[in-house]
Amino acid sequence: MNCLKLAAKTFLMKKEDIPQDNGALNKLTKEIVYAVDSSGNYSTELSTGWEIKTTALDVAWKDIEERIENAKQKVIKGEASPVLYFMELRLMEIGIVAAYTGFWKWTVKQHLKPSVFKKLSEQKLKKYAEAFNISVEELKTMKVHEAGI
Amino acid sequence: MKQEFKHLQAAHCENGVTTNLLRTIGIENMTEPMTFGIGSGLFYVLLPFLKINNGPAIAFRTMPGLIFKRTCNALEIPVFRKKFSSKENGKKFLDECLERGQAVGCQVGVYYLTYFPKEYRFHFNAHNMIVFGKEGDRYLISDPVMETVTSLSDYELERVRFAKGPFAPKGQIYYPKESKIITDEVMRKAIITGIKRNVFHMIKIPGTVVGVKAIADTGKNIKKWRDKLGQQKAGLYLAQLVRMQEEIGTGGGGFRYIYAAFLQQAHAFLPKDELLEISKTFTQAGDIWRNAAVQAAGIYKGRIGSQADFDVMGDYLLQISEIEKNAFKALDKIKWHS
Repeated sequence: MNCLKLAAKTFLMKKEDIPQDNGALNKLTKEIVYAVDSSGNYSTELSTGWEIKTTALDVAWKDIEERIENAKQKVIKGEASPVLYFMELRLMEIGIVAAYTGFWKWTVKQHLKPSVFKKLSEQKLKKYAEAFNISVEELKTMKVHEAGI
Repeated sequence: MKQEFKHLQAAHCENGVTTNLLRTIGIENMTEPMTFGIGSGLFYVLLPFLKINNGPAIAFRTMPGLIFKRTCNALEIPVFRKKFSSKENGKKFLDECLERGQAVGCQVGVYYLTYFPKEYRFHFNAHNMIVFGKEGDRYLISDPVMETVTSLSDYELERVRFAKGPFAPKGQIYYPKESKIITDEVMRKAIITGIKRNVFHMIKIPGTVVGVKAIADTGKNIKKWRDKLGQQKAGLYLAQLVRMQEEIGTGGGGFRYIYAAFLQQAHAFLPKDELLEISKTFTQAGDIWRNAAVQAAGIYKGRIGSQADFDVMGDYLLQISEIEKNAFKALDKIKWHS
């Protein structure tokens, strides 16, 4: 433990080391972080964000946007139904789509096929529209007028 | 109807809700670190086959719901908890609680949580807030991660209480049923129980899925990610690790700083000098977690990315695993009753 003790003295998250970078959360609130003061006691401080994690979130969103674009291209090429596009747009996975629509996962997978999707009843389309927070028309055409979800 | 409610901001939602609810029943000396420590919140798990948002499933804290449950149990406070199969019943029950002045904890999903920034709205269903009153059709909300209280409409609250998917909240409501005087003796017992359980979780569970061995295992895996996943996906995985470690709720350093603060506060009840020393070790662990995050960021930003860079990243986790193992061993060795 001796070497650990030595190292701990040189490290320590200090109040003055708390990053105050810009983060997406900053639009809503500052967040609490824990740090030690000059006498080594812990207290809480507010932080506006840390650039390191802001970029981590950016990376995640860039990946999501790529997946949405890929899904869109697949629908345009006739390789998938609009269900795939909206599933990606709403950050859902098959399981979540199933939970919101009440369909079985297996059924949702079938509905990802354009040929099966085309034959869906108005009632079933409505369930998807509700789950994705869009109209049936928007579901069919992939054109969405976002007014905040 | 409106009632007196004192909102205290916390780093983590469940810690905050638990602490604030306990304060409503008169347990004024509870703090977020105490709640977290008594509830044995510190954890590490890497679920090998599960994917979340197309990345690895990693958690730095214990399962949702357990901190509230364990902390109340340890303080010998009976808990009320109820889920609902229908939205109507869920709303009716909530309104009745508020009618008689009962502030309640609510589990919610964040995807439709209107006041959250869009960037944070994933299908994460284990967020917690307190509903403490109603004014017209607006529910008064204390969300512990926010600086001030806020409010939600009838519809907005219903939508988040009945979000669907993994950990679906099903309108879950919970609160401590009755007030009790917490003696120092009860506190001491609760602290010791919390620490012992955390020692067990982190160093005594066999296998490499949870605890310090899982941290080392993740470190070893990371060294292989570059070849196995390719630069881009490996970067995405590392970004996911950093988000789980640093995003809202952890207080920084994957909850390690909160745990270090807990050990300091525990010292006021149990004056064992080891607690202060071990607290410093957890601060050090938190610092290295953050250094590792800086290294990870270098990779996912594309600034660095050689195999040597991945090795450095993996070695950080091996080093952390060793430090935390020693810290928990030291906690395990404390003679509480001498």
